[in-house]
Amino acid sequence: MLRSRLTQAACAAQRAFSTTPKVLAAKQMTVRDALNSALDEELSRDDRVFLLGEEVAQYDGAYKVSRGLWKKYGDKRIIDTPITEMGFAGIAVGAAMAGLRPVCEFMTFNFAMQAIDHIINSAAKTFYMSAGAVNVPIVFRGPNGAASGVAAQHSQCFAAWYAHCPGLKVISPYDTEDARGLLKAAIRDPDPVVFLENELMYGTAFPVDDKILDKDFLVPIGKAKIMRPGKDITIVAHSKAVETALLAAADLAKKGIEAEIINLRSIRPLDTATIFASVRKTHHLITLENGWPQHGVGAEICARIMEDQTFFELDAPVWRCCGVDVPMPYAKTLEANALPRVADVTEAALKVLGGKAGKATAALK
Amino acid sequence: MLRTLSRVSELPLIVKQLQKNAAQAGVAKTNNYATEATVQVNRPFKLHRLDEGPATEVKLTKDEALKYYTQMQTIRRIETAAGNLYKEKIIRGFCHLYSGQEACAVGMKAAMRDVDNIISAYRVHGWTYLMGVSPIGVLAELTGAQSGCARGKGGSMHMYAPNFFGGNGIVGAQVPLGTGVGLACKYKGNGGMCLALYGDGAANQGQVFEAYNMAYLWKLPVIFVCENNNYGMGTSSERASCNTDYYTRGDALPGIWVDGMDVLAVRSATEFAINYVNTVGPLVMETNTYRYSGHSMSDPGTSYRTREEIQEVRQKRDPITSFKELCIELGLITTDEVKAIDLKVRKEIDEATAFAKSDAELAVSHLWTDVSSNNLEPKLRGTNSFNLDHIQERKGVNH
Repeated sequence: MLRSRLTQAACAAQRAFSTTPKVLAAKQMTVRDALNSALDEELSRDDRVFLLGEEVAQYDGAYKVSRGLWKKYGDKRIIDTPITEMGFAGIAVGAAMAGLRPVCEFMTFNFAMQAIDHIINSAAKTFYMSAGAVNVPIVFRGPNGAASGVAAQHSQCFAAWYAHCPGLKVISPYDTEDARGLLKAAIRDPDPVVFLENELMYGTAFPVDDKILDKDFLVPIGKAKIMRPGKDITIVAHSKAVETALLAAADLAKKGIEAEIINLRSIRPLDTATIFASVRKTHHLITLENGWPQHGVGAEICARIMEDQTFFELDAPVWRCCGVDVPMPYAKTLEANALPRVADVTEAALKVLGGKAGKATAALK
Repeated sequence: MLRTLSRVSELPLIVKQLQKNAAQAGVAKTNNYATEATVQVNRPFKLHRLDEGPATEVKLTKDEALKYYTQMQTIRRIETAAGNLYKEKIIRGFCHLYSGQEACAVGMKAAMRDVDNIISAYRVHGWTYLMGVSPIGVLAELTGAQSGCARGKGGSMHMYAPNFFGGNGIVGAQVPLGTGVGLACKYKGNGGMCLALYGDGAANQGQVFEAYNMAYLWKLPVIFVCENNNYGMGTSSERASCNTDYYTRGDALPGIWVDGMDVLAVRSATEFAINYVNTVGPLVMETNTYRYSGHSMSDPGTSYRTREEIQEVRQKRDPITSFKELCIELGLITTDEVKAIDLKVRKEIDEATAFAKSDAELAVSHLWTDVSSNNLEPKLRGTNSFNLDHIQERKGVNH
């Protein structure tokens, strides 16, 4: 499996922050295998759980996330669908209304736009419209956001779209621990969950321990994780952008600036408590996402901090780093420039820190 | 609409024979009237990809006659009451009336077993009642009061009951949803099926064909029912569909055309369909019917069709009148019994209407109640701050 230099560096960056030799020697598991094992365990645990989507069964999954599951569970539990998103998403929601626990895979969330009426109107709103009579325990999952060279129609990030809607839970995992714990939590949740994976993370391996591998390992939905503690500036990111944030933190550390990196894990609910606690410590905040800026995840975080007392803890305005506000181009250089890179994040951090950045660097010398 | 019997002159003979049988079977009878009759379905079924169709000769017992008549009359009165409430501006938003189509719902329900399910679009007040919600539950939901079946939070288009999945506002969406309910029946192995209802307007939706396709491939126990009332809002079926033989639109799926104004024909077709989808695979059923009202209360219903057309259906093909006349002719019920039912239903609906008008709405705190079954938001945002605490009253039926 070819791993980009970026992901190798990210892993190195992460490992550099672990404090025990035990972790270095720990077992590694890719995000793909994390999702696969989570699906396997939940299928085994609850007969009502089943997976449907394009190529999930006999092809072993378009991205091999469901590899081996059809062989193990058969046609009843792992269902190949025709290329008819609106239809099969509706079927999945109906099955959930009638008591099953479907996991509805979209080959990418770009295709889920064809089915979005069912996600919002049929799934998200039903519990409320029925005054609490009918809950819809469904998980919609699949890759979200930019991949590599797949151009405009296959690269959109939908985190902001789904997170806009009450009645939905929206999860955006980053690493293996996130993928395993959150997918299992999502499948066990009695409400509709949109689970936004990232294709570029599937092949990345992270250390796992017995706790993470436990068949009842769950990560709570709606709680962010501090990936790297710091005292000078907070950087909040989700999904693939967490890697960019960690690399930026490594860069900033060389300048004597200690960045606290928050991995959101969930977009809705948004863990403002963790963000605010961090800001009370660092007094500076940057949001980082690969999605577009307008009405995005960062925009929401800015609004929330302004409506909280934590606003007065800020020594500078909150700043957003986002994907460039254009459809994703194909050409390699253009594509690379369309997403926020480590240098963009570092530059934003230095600007937000202003004079303090200079002091920190000076203190290093 | 007069029934054709094998020979009309045979009526007294048939009645006498039935009475004899009844006497032998020890069944009680009232006066000289029968407790059971056999009738021929008036308009023949049309079949698509089927060698055999539903039974054209159907049995009807006195109890069934009373029940179907009462049900249809109740639906008619509920809809009339709803129409009046809407004109009084006590019902707001959308209100789609089923008047004229009663035989479809009652006929289908008559064939349903406890394990069966149904889902439809927004013309569902009648179905909600048939699936177990009281007239108060329906009318109070329409007035937005707390005794409504969704406590006033859903309104006309979002009513639910056990085995009844609404009540759906997006045209066509209910068809894949119903297919999913069918999948759940097969998955659970409970022998049940799902009726997925839609109109001639929805019949052109792409997702309907996607649902047909998957139901066929996976042999799901789904009866796709097109309630063809000839108009999708203001657009006649001829102007909207290149093929108005909706029972054939399932292509590889077999189909049955039924006279939707004939409750016994609908029942017969549904019985056949239930057996078919539980043994072979899904099929499409088109019930040809008519709505007297406009598409909704905002539509007078006369800009795209003539008053004469509506009147003609009322006079010649009304499902309730024709069923009543049939039952009386067969000697199953008397005019006195009919009158008694009419009075009883009117009283019940009048009382329910009065109650629905006077019943209070839910307290404002229900605005932030039951948004999720497992709420994880520490606070919900109100209009100008994060000042709301989600209230959990119910968890939902799927746990």
